[in-house]
Amino acid sequence: MLIGITSYGVYIPKFRIKVEEIARVWGDDPEDLKKGLKVFEKSVPDKDEDAATIAVEAARYAVNRSKLDPQKIGSVYVGSESHPYVVKPTATIVAEAIGATPELTAADYEFACKAGTAAVQTSMGLVAAGFIDYGMAIGVDVAQGAPGDALEFTAAAGGAAFIVGKKRIIAEIEATYSYTTDTSDFWRREGQQYPKHGGRFTGEPGYFKHVLAASNGLLKKLDTAAKDYDYAVFHQPNGKLPVKAALDLGFTVDQIKQGLVVKMLGNTYSASTLIGLASILDIAEPGNRIFMTSFGSGAGSDSFSIKVTDEIENVRSGAPTVAELLSKPVYIDYALYARHKNKIVM
Amino acid sequence: MRQVAIVGTGCTKFGEMWGKSLRNLFIEAGLVALEGAGIGGADVEALYGGNMSSGRFIEQEHIGSLLADHSGLSATHIPSTRVEAACASGGLALRSGIIAVASGYHDIVVAAGIEKMTDVGIGSSIDALASAADREWEATVGATFPGLYAMMARAHMQEYGTTREQLAHVAVKNHYHGSLNPRAQFRNKITIDTVINSPLVADPLRLYDCSPITDGAAAVVLVPAERAREFTDTPIYVKAAAQASDTIALHDRRSLTTIDATVVAAERAFKMAGLNRSDIDVAEVHDCFTIAEIMAIEDLGFFEKGQGGPATLDGETAIGGKVVINTSGGLKACGHPVGATGIKQAVEIVEQLRGELGKRQVDAAEVGLTHNVGGTGGTAVVHILAR
Amino acid sequence: MAVARFWRKIPSRYNLVGTKCETCNTYYFPPRLICPLCRRSGVIREHKFSGIGTVVTYTTIYSAPESFSRDVPYVLAIVQLDEGPKLTTQIVCEPSEVETGMRVKSVFRKLSEDGPEGVIYYGTKFVPL
Repeated sequence: MLIGITSYGVYIPKFRIKVEEIARVWGDDPEDLKKGLKVFEKSVPDKDEDAATIAVEAARYAVNRSKLDPQKIGSVYVGSESHPYVVKPTATIVAEAIGATPELTAADYEFACKAGTAAVQTSMGLVAAGFIDYGMAIGVDVAQGAPGDALEFTAAAGGAAFIVGKKRIIAEIEATYSYTTDTSDFWRREGQQYPKHGGRFTGEPGYFKHVLAASNGLLKKLDTAAKDYDYAVFHQPNGKLPVKAALDLGFTVDQIKQGLVVKMLGNTYSASTLIGLASILDIAEPGNRIFMTSFGSGAGSDSFSIKVTDEIENVRSGAPTVAELLSKPVYIDYALYARHKNKIVM
Repeated sequence: MRQVAIVGTGCTKFGEMWGKSLRNLFIEAGLVALEGAGIGGADVEALYGGNMSSGRFIEQEHIGSLLADHSGLSATHIPSTRVEAACASGGLALRSGIIAVASGYHDIVVAAGIEKMTDVGIGSSIDALASAADREWEATVGATFPGLYAMMARAHMQEYGTTREQLAHVAVKNHYHGSLNPRAQFRNKITIDTVINSPLVADPLRLYDCSPITDGAAAVVLVPAERAREFTDTPIYVKAAAQASDTIALHDRRSLTTIDATVVAAERAFKMAGLNRSDIDVAEVHDCFTIAEIMAIEDLGFFEKGQGGPATLDGETAIGGKVVINTSGGLKACGHPVGATGIKQAVEIVEQLRGELGKRQVDAAEVGLTHNVGGTGGTAVVHILAR
Repeated sequence: MAVARFWRKIPSRYNLVGTKCETCNTYYFPPRLICPLCRRSGVIREHKFSGIGTVVTYTTIYSAPESFSRDVPYVLAIVQLDEGPKLTTQIVCEPSEVETGMRVKSVFRKLSEDGPEGVIYYGTKFVPL
């Protein structure tokens, strides 16, 4: 049975702060940072935006793009590291704001940066089991980096919403494969404002181990190779790691170019891989094959093999493309950035 | 229906009265009014107290009972009523008292207005005042009272060309009058520059365009006209007591630049009194913000719509002008203890018509008008008083 | 702001659900149960507004009550929705950007919260089209 993506929507707040500006405040060398991270600027939420408002905007775009009757959406799962409430799901706010209530199931997910793809997998399961016709999966974050910490240069804000279903499929999800271990490479304790991480431990035992294992596992399961795909997209904490992972797996720089949005966006955590996927769908043609692997600290990776259908042409309008969302940035300085991110304790 | 007369007046100083409670203020004003009428508390047959928000300012409701009690009248079991219409509570208390006498229900009635605002912080005051607007659909989305009037000001400036200077001159004139009024909260004279250089509150309104937070109370004694001379040699007669309502939210009004409730209440009042606008010598109008006075003098019919600004700047509403507006200093300089204002306005006009006001006296004042508005125009009350 | 009082109107606050009087074809947002024109002969139905409108008048708030004091300065405006009714709302833009006649569309934003421990109030604001 065909299961796949029926629609998608992305929202990125319009404010940006440049790596130079953050470096200026903390006395770091911006050129070193840009070379090391391959990130130049990151998105910043407005004072009245949070993971819930961004999730709603992305979800509304997904619904508009497909013109789906929201009452047909049987589930909403929102994955994030920055849910506004620790208890009271973002998913119900989204469900209400898109008009999907009350006949649906909903819950929030957390799995560091792969909470969004976890939501996609759950939606696939519910659809395949016949419990629902359409499910909405969202990855969204207003990521926090501690002031002066390396993460501050890349922790960004954004959201991507995907409607999963059996009908009106614009991109079939041929298969998915996951690789999960108990690895504390990056974490945040209850009640703490900022995450902590294991420095270089986050690289090989974290990101690479899981991305490569999940990706290789999927390729083996499907008996495919990197050359069988037109596009590939990986979790993008910066502009370096996903490129290395891609090359290690045999993908080329050309294949990953369209999905590599982190340079001018930053790391949107739970939305990272999904916004990359959306960027590819914005220009993909029927028949294109897309390889996607997410990564969430803690740790795990979800890998997907996706095939674009003819129906993609039906959903080209009704929502902005990722390129459009990245095209009109409004730059702010560190002081305003600190105000927007509530880093100033009153 | 009988004609009604005002035979006694009392008004406290207006300002930040740290040492005085709501009860203190009311008693002070009430006693002066009774003495002026030469009556004792036991003579009073009914009490109407205008008060907008004692619940939010001093966590006290049931004001009717409280006022009767602390006037020493609980033993007489006097019928005592709290009247609320936001900033028009005082005007409404006056009209309610007038109706009680006019109808024949009671002979000697006290109509008072009281507000004690300074016991809470400024943030709480602003929020309490926002309940004069539409809480659900204006205050909840971030509207403030100055914000709503600022939007009316902008619309008025765009539609009629009213200028920043004309608005400022309302405050200049009212501060000048306030300097002549020992009761006023602000006695300092100011210039247009003072207003224009004051901090922005809600663009284009600045600090000096806005009436302040004030404590104060006022009271009048009402009796049937046919008995007035039993109480005073200088009774002032109520020629009209008119009231009108409109939508509570500004966005639901027919017009953003005309307060229809004022227009209708004024029409009703002048019809009731059988008088013309040109008969009015002196008026106390509701200048909660400078723009409000400009709209008021237009909507009451003293000036053509859109001409309120030029007329003010030209001095037509100052002492010596066509119709003298707000000799008390208005809400801006005299102060705006919300529930008290409507009654204070009546006290000022009565004292004008009695020729008692010295430096701020309008020569040969025979007929006066009071105009009291609730919220951004959800209620308007207009009274016409004459010798 | 009472949680229940806010919750009751969530469909209107999140999704611009108002009412329409079918008797006289007048649209109401915020919703009205009684049509002021038809009163008892008015037939009232729910109506979801498109969220597109025009700025009728505006101000920038510099002094706000506690729940909004962190957002100062912000733009407050009266917007006329294309279907007819006018509502009061914030416009998310620089104070220098707003002007009478500007076309705007609705977005989902945070309105306020009951302090760091209280409920977060979400609702509709507008942005330049």
